[in-house]
Amino acid sequence: MADHVENAVNNVSNDGTEVNRHTETTPSRNEVELNGQPPTARPPQVLTDSEEDEDEELTLKYGAKHVIMLFVPVTLCMVVVVATIKSVSFYTQKDGQQLIYTPFREDTETVGQRALNSMLNAFIMIGVILVMTLVLVVLYKYRCYKVCSLCSLYDAHRLFFHPGCRFMFCFLQVIQAWLFFSNLLLLFFFSLIYLGEVFKTYNVAMDYFTLAVIIWNFGVVGMICIHWKGPLRLQQAYLIMISALMALVFIKYLPEWTAWLILAAISVYDLLAVLCPKGPLRILVETAQERNETIFPALIYSSTVVWLFNMADSAETGNNSSHPVPQQENQVAMAPTAQPEDDGGFTPAWVNQQQHQLGPMQSSEDSRREIQELPSARPPPVEDDEERGVKLGLGDFIFYSMLVGKASATASGDWNTTIACFVAILIGLCLTLLLLAIFKKALPALPISITFGLVFYFATDNLVRPFMDQLAVHQFYI
Amino acid sequence: MTLAVFFGCAFIAFGPAFALFVFTVAKDPLRVIILIAGAFFWLLSLLLSSLVWFIAIKASNSQDLTLQRGLLIFGVFFSVLLQEVFRFAYYRLLRKATEGLAAISDDDGSAISVRQMAYVAGLGFGIMSGAFSMINILSDSLGPGTVGIFGDSQYYFIITALMTLALTLLHTFWGVLFFEGCEKSRWWVIAAVVSLHLLVAGLSLLNPLYEGSLPPVYGITLLMGVWAFFSSGGSLHSLNALCTRRKAEGESS
Repeated sequence: MADHVENAVNNVSNDGTEVNRHTETTPSRNEVELNGQPPTARPPQVLTDSEEDEDEELTLKYGAKHVIMLFVPVTLCMVVVVATIKSVSFYTQKDGQQLIYTPFREDTETVGQRALNSMLNAFIMIGVILVMTLVLVVLYKYRCYKVCSLCSLYDAHRLFFHPGCRFMFCFLQVIQAWLFFSNLLLLFFFSLIYLGEVFKTYNVAMDYFTLAVIIWNFGVVGMICIHWKGPLRLQQAYLIMISALMALVFIKYLPEWTAWLILAAISVYDLLAVLCPKGPLRILVETAQERNETIFPALIYSSTVVWLFNMADSAETGNNSSHPVPQQENQVAMAPTAQPEDDGGFTPAWVNQQQHQLGPMQSSEDSRREIQELPSARPPPVEDDEERGVKLGLGDFIFYSMLVGKASATASGDWNTTIACFVAILIGLCLTLLLLAIFKKALPALPISITFGLVFYFATDNLVRPFMDQLAVHQFYI
Repeated sequence: MTLAVFFGCAFIAFGPAFALFVFTVAKDPLRVIILIAGAFFWLLSLLLSSLVWFIAIKASNSQDLTLQRGLLIFGVFFSVLLQEVFRFAYYRLLRKATEGLAAISDDDGSAISVRQMAYVAGLGFGIMSGAFSMINILSDSLGPGTVGIFGDSQYYFIITALMTLALTLLHTFWGVLFFEGCEKSRWWVIAAVVSLHLLVAGLSLLNPLYEGSLPPVYGITLLMGVWAFFSSGGSLHSLNALCTRRKAEGESS
């Protein structure tokens, strides 16, 4: 399912901002210091030091803005989930069905048996996620190095020039197809069910033809926005919607104790996978940073999409610095210039052929604006400092919303518990982003928020609720 | 009950706070973060005081009603004291953060002054306090029911909304005064804020004798508002300037 692959990248990364920042604060250099690779022209040491201070200032200055850029979508996702849970009873009804990943049932006789079953369920689920992440990372890392960028569909042509990679090509296509199919499932099937339940709740009659038209349009536009190009806000809205749908599915089909244990276990897993030197997610992020690529844009919510687009663009045309590419270097701030010896598989013959077939691949301001529907009053985003964004994996959205959704579904303290979990998660996210600004590398976004969320859920439900209830009964105010 | 009561009470309780948020806080990301962190600190204080109350309840005889009421009153006062302690802790945290912010800001000073932080922190406390007091009651008011069917007051919802409004505003004013007192090391101001908070909580113990609790609380709110206004640098002159400038603008347009 989509969640497993999404969980593979449920970490916060600022890899793009890092590379972007280097380029923007030193306009005199037209080379970018890639992670782990020294630039071919070594700068004087003084310049590097002052440049680092400047970098830190800029990072912290825009830190608050980045936090809000993530607060808003996380809040929206939670609001959607809570609103659905409170109004549509379908998602809180337990009709006995469970996911295949959690085979053990929780309606056992003894508490001990129930605890054991839920622990086994959580173990299996985390195991499945771990295995899928490992598969993803292995395929991503050990494919043929001469081949670059897996973001656009016509990369397939390039892959066939290298015989050793045709085999790997199948696997990469499998990953892409798997992502594609899971998004398809979410956007069509699950949203159809969702819409159906909403109509049932509000007793709205609708014919199948209208429904088909609505779902078809919703789904197709969603697939285009997520997997290809689309207006930024629309893409963000779709990512929020699919995260909310996924969270609702989890809330419905995971039994009580299993759900809480999975939340706890996955934050531990996230911590280990991102921070341990041999952790799969860390390897994934570092590999992506080394190759200066994006990681599966369908799995990550990004607050800006400009540089993603440039990256995908420049990856095809800019990698061979010896080739006279008509691409304006100053326009594309992310131009990753590879070492001259390694042409990345872009033999001049091939590039010429591509240029001939597809036309000159220039990312001009106009084409970017057109595609992203930016307001024309705005300056070109690549030159604007404020357009550096921050990214959050969709798995994070899903688990945050799942926690808050469960709090609103099952807590007897009702809204107090929901509000407490909401504030706790936001504060956890704030702290994570603060750490991100300090350490400047990919960090797990789940541990702090989920820990705060769980602590506040159980504390509010068991301690605060009776207190507030008593106060409300007597109308005492604190 | 139902929608009329729901919307009425919701707007009474949260209208001013929401307006303050939209007009003064929402545009600046730093203020939003300070607001939410303020809410978090209030929540922490509530958590700890509930823990203490819960332990006391569990350790006592649950059948003895006067004892339970006494423990609840103790819980109220302890919670008030803990809230003020956490307000002080938040003040310390913000002071530390201001130094950091001033260092990295490109303006002459910090991006946000201590007075603004005081206001936003107070508002954060107030909004969270109001939310916890009111939202469960609001959600109950949506459903069917008869208020006071067993002889209790019929004005339960509206009084709750009014008290929530008063407390939200009070927390905002207290935030301003408290931080100002800490900044200028005027400990009597801090003592006044704490004792007034205890007084307000004590007045609420008079409920359901609403005449005894609501008017004094609103009187205190007004007093606090005036005090906070003068403490944060306002004056009759600036008020006058505001009015005459508006009049002058009205004449010239």
